Amino acid sequence: MNKIFLIIQREYLTRVKKKSFIVMTILGPILMVGLVFAQFWIKMIPEEKQNILVVDESMLFNNKLDNTTNQTFSYSKNTLAYEQNNFYKTNYNVILYIPSNIIDAQKIQIYYKKQPGLGMQDYISTIVGKKLEDMKLMASGIQANQLASIKTKLNVTTTKIEKSGNFETKDNEVSMALGFIAGILIYVFIFLYGAQVMRGVIEEKTSRIIEVIISSVKPFELMMGKIIGIAMVGLTQFLLWIILSAIGTTLVGNYFIKDKVNVDQIEQTFKANTPQSAAFKEMSTDKKAEIMDSFFEQVNLPVMLFSFLFYFLGGYLLYGALFAAVGSAVDNEADTQQFMLPLTIPLILSFTLAQNVMTNPESSLAFWLSVFPLTSPVIMMVRIPFGVPYFDLIFSMLMLVAGFIGATWLSAKIYRTGILMYGKKTSYKEIWKWLFYKA
Amino acid sequence: MDIFLANNIVKNYDKYTALDHVSINVKKNSIFGLLGPNGAGKTSLIRIINQITGPDSGELFFNGQKLQQHHIERIGYLPEERGLYKKMEVGEQALYLARLKGLSRQEATKRLKYWFEKFEITTWWNKKIEELSKGMQQKVQFVVTILHEPELLILDEPFSGFDPINANLIKNEILELKAKGTSIIFSTHNMSSVEELCDDIALINRSKKILEGSVKEIKKEYRTNTYRVEFSGNIIAFTNAIWTGCELIEKHSEGNQNFATVKLLYNATPNQLLEAIMPHVMVNGLQEIIPSMNDIFISKVSNEKLNIESNFTE
Repeated sequence: MNKIFLIIQREYLTRVKKKSFIVMTILGPILMVGLVFAQFWIKMIPEEKQNILVVDESMLFNNKLDNTTNQTFSYSKNTLAYEQNNFYKTNYNVILYIPSNIIDAQKIQIYYKKQPGLGMQDYISTIVGKKLEDMKLMASGIQANQLASIKTKLNVTTTKIEKSGNFETKDNEVSMALGFIAGILIYVFIFLYGAQVMRGVIEEKTSRIIEVIISSVKPFELMMGKIIGIAMVGLTQFLLWIILSAIGTTLVGNYFIKDKVNVDQIEQTFKANTPQSAAFKEMSTDKKAEIMDSFFEQVNLPVMLFSFLFYFLGGYLLYGALFAAVGSAVDNEADTQQFMLPLTIPLILSFTLAQNVMTNPESSLAFWLSVFPLTSPVIMMVRIPFGVPYFDLIFSMLMLVAGFIGATWLSAKIYRTGILMYGKKTSYKEIWKWLFYKA
Repeated sequence: MDIFLANNIVKNYDKYTALDHVSINVKKNSIFGLLGPNGAGKTSLIRIINQITGPDSGELFFNGQKLQQHHIERIGYLPEERGLYKKMEVGEQALYLARLKGLSRQEATKRLKYWFEKFEITTWWNKKIEELSKGMQQKVQFVVTILHEPELLILDEPFSGFDPINANLIKNEILELKAKGTSIIFSTHNMSSVEELCDDIALINRSKKILEGSVKEIKKEYRTNTYRVEFSGNIIAFTNAIWTGCELIEKHSEGNQNFATVKLLYNATPNQLLEAIMPHVMVNGLQEIIPSMNDIFISKVSNEKLNIESNFTE
């Protein structure tokens, strides 16, 4: 036990002291904070004022287009050709040409000196379109307020009636997003640090230190020490990222607020990043508060947090053991390809099927994927926000524990033979034989 | 008293037998040579002694006790396929490996200082292994192997990677360790070092032990009663003088000196040889030609091969 601790300590310290670790730990949050604030920055840069000259052959839009802070419309009485020829003598940025057959053709044309932004194009097409709509409505005798009352926006609430007769309303975008993010985190962690376990094993093999070490400790102790040590490196890095990102965001945020940036603007940019941002923005403040309330009401936060930690570590340990076995079977990283496939396929599959599970959280596919140990760490996290029966959850957790024990047992057998095989290309057949060697 | 005893060890891999009822006994405070051609099964046996793998059948005893996991702290092992973490610093790495063998941090530091001073490598403490030459790495590796003062030291090709000066340094170190009471199992292809260092040997070929005993005894046993005579005088007279109890294997002259290799037949003694030739030539020297371990090794191993081939033709 004492020796396993020594191994964990070495695996941890040598990695944490590495320059690449320190650089990544600092760079990660900087990139994160930078990315977030770059978006504010871009939003804060005032858009260039656009002087738009309207050449309206239809005579429908005279003085009817609304000026904004950035767009000013002026109206020309001259022909398009004339204005085009004199474009550079004026200080107009854009010529908006509305042909006489606008109502039938539904086409307008923009001429520019410098490529205008998508935003401006969008704005022009929206307001011209809107004006056209209004005119058509007027022509057919419908009042604008009549139309507004006809337009319908439907709200759907889904409620599950349980066997016990309880009603349960699941309408929770925030927790869904949270579950999805948790799934992605687990996926990334397994890939990043599982590969590190594999590389560590290969390093010990190629540097030929392996035989020295296993004359002091059992191969199993070395393998587990490495897996646990690297897990702690990963947790340290994640923790530091969270702390540094929080500090960084606060610091830079303070600076921006001092700079008299509208807090609302910051908030909006944040929200623009979430998938549901559009819907979210349109909601009233009441509705938002309601969602947050129901989030804490419906999602059992302790269960969610506990499950996250459980699947995070359980998934990593399971894959870590398998990655160690792969590392032990080869002489260099280039040879790992063929053995990586059975590990990466379920992992990538669980990632790609997560979307499917989100749309169909109670399908049998979702159930089996969230129980199968190689896919459950990602899939279960996606499922939990939709409400998972405790039976499913406990069954899945037990399966993961069983999977971990099985994988470790299997890997230990491959590992202890593999690490002593030098200069031989290993095949699946060969590995199969190793499973039956006596220790 | 034996420090180590292996009894009827059998080890199979798949369809291939690595060790076929091999027994060895290593006397306390001696150097035991484990010899054999490549692939004979030496490494398999050494790994079993180090409990890296277990035998399929057979018994192992360390110091009279059945071999157990905790004994590995009393054994030091320098594998043939050896190396160190390339990116780790020398001192830190040596400490780590020593602590894995059960030494405390303080004790390991103290001993490392002693050995680093003795080998004049103290300045390497903070260097990374990859900054050292191959020979330098070997020195560090040797220190790490013996740091926990094992009772049984297993050295697999210890001289590979050393230049002659450092090889000599290590050789003296091995002899000093033996003088202090360490028992050593020494596996090598280098037969001259076997003659120099080993007290006893076991020769393994094709998974079986084919020869064992003390180096002296074995050499005595493999004597062929052949002598080298150095003389001056007439070679023809010499040839005429030796009688039918002798076989002249080779003769040549270097200036005034003549040399002849003579094999004595039918239990003839060197005295009889001398009596026969003394009246005819001036004898300057007579020396028995004792087979080297190298000769014995080659003849034993190739003989075995011949036997197997004749079995095939039958």
